[in-house]
Amino acid sequence: MAVIAEGAGPAAALARARSRQRNRIRRLPLLPALLFTIVVTQIPFVLTIYYSLQSYNFNYPLLRHFAGLHNYTLIFSDAIFRTALVNTVVLTLVPVLASLLLGLGIALLLDRKVFGRGLLRTLIVSPFLVMPAAAALVWKFTLLDAEFGLLNWVLRPFGVHHTDWVNNHSKETIITVLTWQWTPFMVLILLAGLQSQPGDVLEAARVDGAGPWQIFRRMTLPHLRQYMELGIVLGAIYVVQAFDAIFMITSGGPGQQTTNVPYYLFEAAFRAFDIGRASAMGVVVVAATIIIATFALRTISGLFSEQGMEGRL
Amino acid sequence: MSAPTLTRPRGATGAGRLPVRMRLQRRTLTGGLLGLLAWLVVLLFFFPVLWMALTGFKQEPDAATTPPRFVFHPTMAQYQSALSKAGPFLTHSAIITIASTALVLALALPAAYALSIAPVRKWRDALFFFISTKMLPVAGAIIPLYVIARSLHLLDTLPVLIILYTSLNLPIAVWMLRSFLLEVPVAILEAAHVDGASFFRQLRSVVLPLITPGMAATALICFIFAWNEFFLAVNLTTTNAATVPVYLVGFQSGEGQFWAHLCAGATLACLPVLIAGWAAQDKLVRGLTMGAVK
Repeated sequence: MAVIAEGAGPAAALARARSRQRNRIRRLPLLPALLFTIVVTQIPFVLTIYYSLQSYNFNYPLLRHFAGLHNYTLIFSDAIFRTALVNTVVLTLVPVLASLLLGLGIALLLDRKVFGRGLLRTLIVSPFLVMPAAAALVWKFTLLDAEFGLLNWVLRPFGVHHTDWVNNHSKETIITVLTWQWTPFMVLILLAGLQSQPGDVLEAARVDGAGPWQIFRRMTLPHLRQYMELGIVLGAIYVVQAFDAIFMITSGGPGQQTTNVPYYLFEAAFRAFDIGRASAMGVVVVAATIIIATFALRTISGLFSEQGMEGRL
Repeated sequence: MSAPTLTRPRGATGAGRLPVRMRLQRRTLTGGLLGLLAWLVVLLFFFPVLWMALTGFKQEPDAATTPPRFVFHPTMAQYQSALSKAGPFLTHSAIITIASTALVLALALPAAYALSIAPVRKWRDALFFFISTKMLPVAGAIIPLYVIARSLHLLDTLPVLIILYTSLNLPIAVWMLRSFLLEVPVAILEAAHVDGASFFRQLRSVVLPLITPGMAATALICFIFAWNEFFLAVNLTTTNAATVPVYLVGFQSGEGQFWAHLCAGATLACLPVLIAGWAAQDKLVRGLTMGAVK
């Protein structure tokens, strides 16, 4: 490889051309993945915006016409949609925070020298691996059924009889199932955080006379902060889309008590075939997610720059 | 009070002043209790999974009872009949997840290479573009996807889910593989370069062997997400390409009372991912956080 001196006109131009060419070659392996992603993920989103501006029902394709912002006025004056928005917030925030707290507790328990720790870790990830649709069925019938459900049997000494959990406590049911499912996710992230604590610093604090509570408050929690943030944002991104459990357990009901925006959108699109209105909801969901995603990206890029992951060669 | 006594009565004062032996005893006692608590909590969380698998081994009359039967004559009948009914769904799921995972790796490995070992100029932008697509909800795209699939006659076919699951997992795979590629020591690559190894030679005999474990972990993560995916499967397939989650929808109300059969089917649906997840356990967190946490 020739080394090119700086400054000299033609030589510098040549160097620039070489660097451009090098970048072009380097870009080649990236292109297939990039093009695929743009085509499969970006075009549908643009089309969603396009459909949201139309009055378009699959059942009446001939009546399709441009409708401006009509679908948006429709959904925002729709009381059910507003209920769905509130439900989405509740059914996202509560499970994410509950699973974070439970996850923190379990991670702390598993970070110690416990008999059979490997087995415990294997068992605790299971709720997250189980197919959500399958878990939903197991909860709905074998655990929460009014007649033969295990929970009612366990609670019988406490005076609980034939409680129809799914219908009378539908929100709590969905929250419980989602929390159960996402706690292992938080455990994994927080456990990784706990284990990345510098052992010598903790030992030094102990030698200096810091108690366990002090060490936890002053050292462990601040260290865990960014792991907790990551758990919250990633958890929120997935849980906000919760559909499986709602579809399988409550079908959004009773009434609209557990209808979140994804489920309402599904009903508008695939039960009422109202493509325009459903698309407008889709646009609102995306807009809301972009807000969460901005926080997510900031958190991830924080972790990212901290690890000094720089490009190489 | 203030006179320092050399022979303090044992155990009379606070924990800080206890003799070493008792302090140790107390520590092992709390340690033991916390260990017990850990076991209790973890078993509580695992119980629904265990109960599902167990109920699958019951005869129907033993499945829905009060009080629940913990001791029963196990039978394989439910698993056998569930397996024969779930057969086509399991086949579809297997084809779709394996094909999409292979496609993901084929696209993601070169991309991850161009974002780590030989980075393009705007590698940071490209990387964040990939991750941002993962954050947009599928609900926001389902309608055009449905319309496009319908007009291309791809509804209820295997390719539609293969393509969409590839796009769902691609960002995760790019990020994850990149985090593994960054761990390949620069010195080894430089040595290979100095020794005159061509680009493909470097890739084949230096990079690939070093990141095989990383590729395996990435494949398992993609497999898990694709296998469990529900929303797209339910909306875009009905029979010819219906995957395991669609099979489970059949139990949603109608067969609800046949709990043993239901649980056997649910267990079969979960088994592949449980095995994959347990196998990929130590790399799981890396996949779930796209390489941000190791």
